[in-house]
Amino acid sequence: MLETAVPVQAQEGVESFTLDNGMEVIVIPDHRAPVVTHMVWYRVGSAEEPAGKSGIAHFLEHLMFKGTEKVPGGEFSHIVARNGGKGNAFTSYDYTAYFQRVAKEQLPLMMEMEADRMTNLKLSLEDIIPERGVVLEERRTRVESQPLALLGEKMTVALYGEHPYGRPIIGWRDEIETLDDGDALQFYRRFYAPNNAALVVAGDIEPDELLELAKAYYGGIKPNKQAVRDKRPEISEIGEPVRVAHEDERAQQPVFQRLYLAQSYHSAGLEPATAIDMLAEILGAGTTSRLYRALVVEQKVAVSAGAWATTDLLDRGRIGIYAIPREGVKPETLEAAIDAVVAELVDKGVEDEEMERVRRGYLADLIYGWDDQQQQAYVFGASWGSGILPRDVLRWPEVVRSTTRAQVVSSAREYLRAENSVTGWLLPASQP
Amino acid sequence: MEIQRIATPSGIEAWLVEDHRLPIVFVEIFWRAGSSSETDGLDGLAYMLSGMLDEGAGDIDSEAFQKRLADLNIDLEFNASKDFFSARIKTLEENLDEAIELLALALTRPRFDEEALERVRAQILASLKQSLQNPEIIASRAWFAAAFADHPYARTTRGTAETVQAIQADDLRDWMSRALARDNIGVTVVGDVTPERLEQLLEKALAGLPQKAKVATPEAAAFQAPGHVEVIEYPNPQSLIQFGHDGITRDDPDFIAAYVMNHVLGGSVLVSRLGEEVREKRGLAYSVYSYLYPLDHASLFAGSLATENARAGEALKQVRLELARMQKEGVSQKELDDAKAYLVGSYPLRFDSNEKIALQLSYIQREELGIDYIDRRNALIESVTRDDVFRAAQRLLDPEKLLVVIVGEPELSGAP
Repeated sequence: MLETAVPVQAQEGVESFTLDNGMEVIVIPDHRAPVVTHMVWYRVGSAEEPAGKSGIAHFLEHLMFKGTEKVPGGEFSHIVARNGGKGNAFTSYDYTAYFQRVAKEQLPLMMEMEADRMTNLKLSLEDIIPERGVVLEERRTRVESQPLALLGEKMTVALYGEHPYGRPIIGWRDEIETLDDGDALQFYRRFYAPNNAALVVAGDIEPDELLELAKAYYGGIKPNKQAVRDKRPEISEIGEPVRVAHEDERAQQPVFQRLYLAQSYHSAGLEPATAIDMLAEILGAGTTSRLYRALVVEQKVAVSAGAWATTDLLDRGRIGIYAIPREGVKPETLEAAIDAVVAELVDKGVEDEEMERVRRGYLADLIYGWDDQQQQAYVFGASWGSGILPRDVLRWPEVVRSTTRAQVVSSAREYLRAENSVTGWLLPASQP
Repeated sequence: MEIQRIATPSGIEAWLVEDHRLPIVFVEIFWRAGSSSETDGLDGLAYMLSGMLDEGAGDIDSEAFQKRLADLNIDLEFNASKDFFSARIKTLEENLDEAIELLALALTRPRFDEEALERVRAQILASLKQSLQNPEIIASRAWFAAAFADHPYARTTRGTAETVQAIQADDLRDWMSRALARDNIGVTVVGDVTPERLEQLLEKALAGLPQKAKVATPEAAAFQAPGHVEVIEYPNPQSLIQFGHDGITRDDPDFIAAYVMNHVLGGSVLVSRLGEEVREKRGLAYSVYSYLYPLDHASLFAGSLATENARAGEALKQVRLELARMQKEGVSQKELDDAKAYLVGSYPLRFDSNEKIALQLSYIQREELGIDYIDRRNALIESVTRDDVFRAAQRLLDPEKLLVVIVGEPELSGAP
């Protein structure tokens, strides 16, 4: 029933091209409102940062709003706003993206400004110092004020070791403090080029119309042979169960977190990574999942419990489990209960009914996703940034339908092993 | 976009935007009764009810109810705020009938089984504890407690550990039967459904509700703590500063002018005076903003920022300076033109998905702005003059009157 409900036209409307200078163009038509989402994605993220310069990819993302000769003095955001647009940018391990949402008529102006700052950024020390303060405040808000985020940083180091995924995307505080305009410009000149970028537009536009605009605004920018990321170090196996604890005087109750080293769509292929997604769903998505049923409803050892997988990365992804013990339940009791749920899944496998529920859920989410043009642009852009081309994104529903119980069970056996995991506890600081 | 008005035989009115291009239906329902109408001593009742309504109804127990929603990929959510209780559905068209049936069952025959009630209670108690490590929640609670003293607006939607412990299934039933009625309801539906079908479904789902709501309407709430500064010591490297004072009601003739004024002052961190002075020039904060917050029985002007402890005094000083400057000078013609261009030009961005359309229409219903508001709204913004903004700033802003709550270990020397 659902198979036919996926809006075929919407999928067939997605097209992609490559400009002569190597820039990828992805267009996702949606004519329901006279609005477009314009995004430019670069295949560079925190994982490309040189040693000692953690945070430079994200810092540069902030500095990209400072100005060029044509659009000086922080005018970028003001011009977007004056034209009725909303814009921002974000940085991840594998990509950095800039976007504006505007009425269709303003798209050429957005493209002109985005193309301009791809190669013409100007920075001065006056820009650097306050903006570095902004980034340090961002780190204070998102990390240093969040006991759970501090635990997460420690666990990620333990999971990925020397691989750059072990570093926080925002960077380590002591390294952010030393970043300057020279670091930013060096990183910018190396990686910001059309042959390392994708233009993604979703909304009220047709492919041929966008292609003409793309050629006009981005087509003239010279490619840069250096703008290709280096091969990254292999992620080493963990080898033995690792435990990390973070005691924090602000923490009000213990929280359990576990990470297993897994794979990603790019590192292992669409099929194996989709089996990992489905495994995490069955284990811990929502109130019908195994972890929630067992820990929260039946045994009443937790107030919340769940699992997730991150598979949209260039290099190996991860599976996570979290739980908060119910008042009076000892951490070791909760952890034993979690281990038992995992062991049962690994030993006895999963049910057809569970597979069906996950498949239906994914296909429904796919339909729901077509209501939101910004999300569509995000999905195709983030996939491109982590090495997955539009044709593979469009193939995903098929992959979801064909993934078998056996594949899900075999990924459970492969990844849900203690010696492939980092277990973390956030603990209220012990009383002095 | 055409908004149709639907009326069911039992007198329920709904707004419908029919759109068959995607097989999805969004439903937004609200009742004009929220945590401010709770029974005394049972703070958090409405919020707990919102957590209990999807925990089983009629012959379907909690597990079966959750499984049914999951199997049919229906998102059914209940929520409570100070003034409203709400229900929201997102469903595929093919499951709409079943989604409405589950809603009807939840609204008319909720089970409130002991097991589910204790589980949800434990979850709320844990979240209350968790919120003690969230500077924003700590600040917001203290701010409302000081601002509204004995008025129900002073309490938090989630209640306190003590009141949450006290709530029983009969309390939920009692409040629900008085709060969720047909004469205080608003319904918006957007998506793949015809008016005929919708009328039938709504009648089935909502005709069983009592005709009249019987909850106490709170009195008008006066702002109680002008000029008060409260520091809550908290071991954090950053100070969270929440500031504000009384505001302007949604139906005040100066509301739109005040809204434009606030946009220039602190409506967006990348493009506003506060953003420019606090973030861009001085690097004092990642996020800083201000907003108008009209409630049903009070109105507020508020804002927030977070900065390292050592610079808390400096950041707060900048906020006061900007309020004073706005109060004294108003806005320039260029600022006004830019603000209007943004507010008018970006309005269509709020309607580019059916989910957003449903949210917007529901908001327009709640604020009683009229079914034609979308067509009138940009002209209201366009007509604002510099004099209007100046008058609104004079009426609204007063840096001396700010109630400020700071959570952290702030150094305030140098602050006025």
